[in-house]
Amino acid sequence: MTIAALFFYLYAAVACASAFMVIAARNPVHSVLFLILTFVSAAALFVLLGAEFLAMILVVVYVGAVAVLFLFVVMMLDVDFAELRQGFLQYLPVGALVGVIFLVELVLVLGTWAVAPEAMRAIQAPIPPLDQVSNTQAIGRVLYTTYVHYFQLAGVVLLVAMIGAIVLTLRHKENVKRQDVGRQIARTRAMSVELKKVEPGQGI
Amino acid sequence: MMEFFWSTIWPVIIIAVQSVVLLVALLLFIAFILLADRKIWAAVQMRRGPNVVGPFGLLQSFADFLKFMVKEPVIPAGANKGVFLLAPLVTSILALAAWAVIPLNLGWAVADINVGVLYIFAISSLGVYGIIMAGWASNSKYPFLAALRSAAQMVSYEVSIGFVIITVLLCAGSLNLTKIVEAQAGPWGFLQWYWLPLLPMFVIFFVSALAETNRPPFDLIEAESELVAGFAVEYSSTAFLLFFLGEYVAIMTMCAMATILFLGGWLPPFPVPPFTWVPGVVWFVAKLSFMFFLFSMAKAIVPRYRYDQLMRLGWKVFLPASLAMVAIVAAVLQFTGLAPK
Amino acid sequence: MTALIQDYLPIVVFLAVAAAIGLALMAAPFFVAYKAPDAEKLSAYECGFNAFDDARMKFDVRFYLVAILFIIFDLEVAFLFPWAITLGELGTFGFWSMMVFLAVLTIGFIYEWRKGALEWD
Repeated sequence: MTIAALFFYLYAAVACASAFMVIAARNPVHSVLFLILTFVSAAALFVLLGAEFLAMILVVVYVGAVAVLFLFVVMMLDVDFAELRQGFLQYLPVGALVGVIFLVELVLVLGTWAVAPEAMRAIQAPIPPLDQVSNTQAIGRVLYTTYVHYFQLAGVVLLVAMIGAIVLTLRHKENVKRQDVGRQIARTRAMSVELKKVEPGQGI
Repeated sequence: MMEFFWSTIWPVIIIAVQSVVLLVALLLFIAFILLADRKIWAAVQMRRGPNVVGPFGLLQSFADFLKFMVKEPVIPAGANKGVFLLAPLVTSILALAAWAVIPLNLGWAVADINVGVLYIFAISSLGVYGIIMAGWASNSKYPFLAALRSAAQMVSYEVSIGFVIITVLLCAGSLNLTKIVEAQAGPWGFLQWYWLPLLPMFVIFFVSALAETNRPPFDLIEAESELVAGFAVEYSSTAFLLFFLGEYVAIMTMCAMATILFLGGWLPPFPVPPFTWVPGVVWFVAKLSFMFFLFSMAKAIVPRYRYDQLMRLGWKVFLPASLAMVAIVAAVLQFTGLAPK
Repeated sequence: MTALIQDYLPIVVFLAVAAAIGLALMAAPFFVAYKAPDAEKLSAYECGFNAFDDARMKFDVRFYLVAILFIIFDLEVAFLFPWAITLGELGTFGFWSMMVFLAVLTIGFIYEWRKGALEWD
């Protein structure tokens, strides 16, 4: 128990500190690196909860894919950060207003928060028990049958994301020569070489 | 107090000793693998390769190591110091971290976790960070271009590796690496390992592993004719060594993954004596070395890919092929009732 | 100590040992290496001139598109993991449920192929 508590406080502290650094760091690349540290600490907290599958998926999807895109954008987009910071005071009231609204909402939600007694029981005695069935299997047993609608909905959301990304970003350059492997292989000698009989002294 | 020591501190000490032994063995193995790489490459080109330091050049890697140690570390003036120094550390530590879950024999893993495959998949998806960070922090043109290339390349081939792993999981029915190896055991010996029933996936995994670890013919991020040394141009001394080390440890991880997923891990090729008398770890290392031999031969005999060809192979050939194989393998298992319960 | 933490404790220890080795290697030349500092050593590797401007620049949006498509396919793989290891218990419905999911994403894949999003130029 003591070890688990020790690790919990360690990772929780790291997660909070690095989350703060995400907004406090002056260099946006450092922000993204701190964001990655936050994700990893959150994954460690998932492990402490016994949710090892979620922990690994968090690392695979968020750290391995989403944060790569963030880092990519921030590092390579060549944004002039000094220019960005110029309007800071100008936008401060709007930002503060949004922040206050979020805070009020959070307080309202937390104020009326109630945990259903069944939920508490389910957490204390997970069905099926953790030591017999790994939680990857437990998810697999219900996700594709009991929760099939949510699962298919997730598939549609991914489809929309894919189409959206292409519609927004795809621009074709003009006059680009592309390799067409099929055409290269299909090309025969008869199509590309022509033999001509040249009479001496006459030219073609 | 004594009880606390025996229940908590003592196991940690044992694990630490195990970790040190495994890491030292791994690094020593890589020292000789490096030499083997150069020797094989030389043999293909009818050269002798390193043969001065020690008998047959056996100590070459150690001489190289000492040379790296006494080189002056230089941090370019334009570089972002923190990220610049962090990049090689991230590369090498992440590469080494994967070895915590790899079982060398039955029960010979430092950490035998339920989701071992996912752990390695996660760790290998982080390999791209070291290179992007190095490329950006150096603030120099060549590393920047290398970082750009690597990010798109490593990401493209990871998808097919994911699908390949899924087909193996369908057959094995577990995410635990030890159980995946055990699922391949049987009276047919090496014919029952997954390389034969899943042969197309084995080929796709092998080629994707080459691309994922930036090995030739996919070494576009350090293509010396275009980018000098790619992302590592500005690095000297042990910082460069750590990149080099991380790269080879990642290659070894991929070889170990191929061994576990397709070549039956520590299982003997024929499940009869005298083959069963040989300790499993010997078979494991033998298979690991065989996989590395394939990596090395690919480097020696295949010319470098062009970038558009690389992307076409990843997205237009491997991705649809492996996706189709997931559906086919699942259908076969489902309708023959062979799916593991 | 729960069983799960017992499983993961070795990873933490292993990472610590690996980090120690990495740090030791990284720090060693700062103490033992021969040093001859020179201003020219600190410049970026270029043709001989000093760099005219910052090395970081804008580049083709195509690289971002690859990263976005990767995220989508990575999520697809994430959905496949629990299914792959429970296929034997799920029965026919679970099997077809995943086939429909894959079919929906294959539509997306065919769309991006036809649109030429996978072309590299």
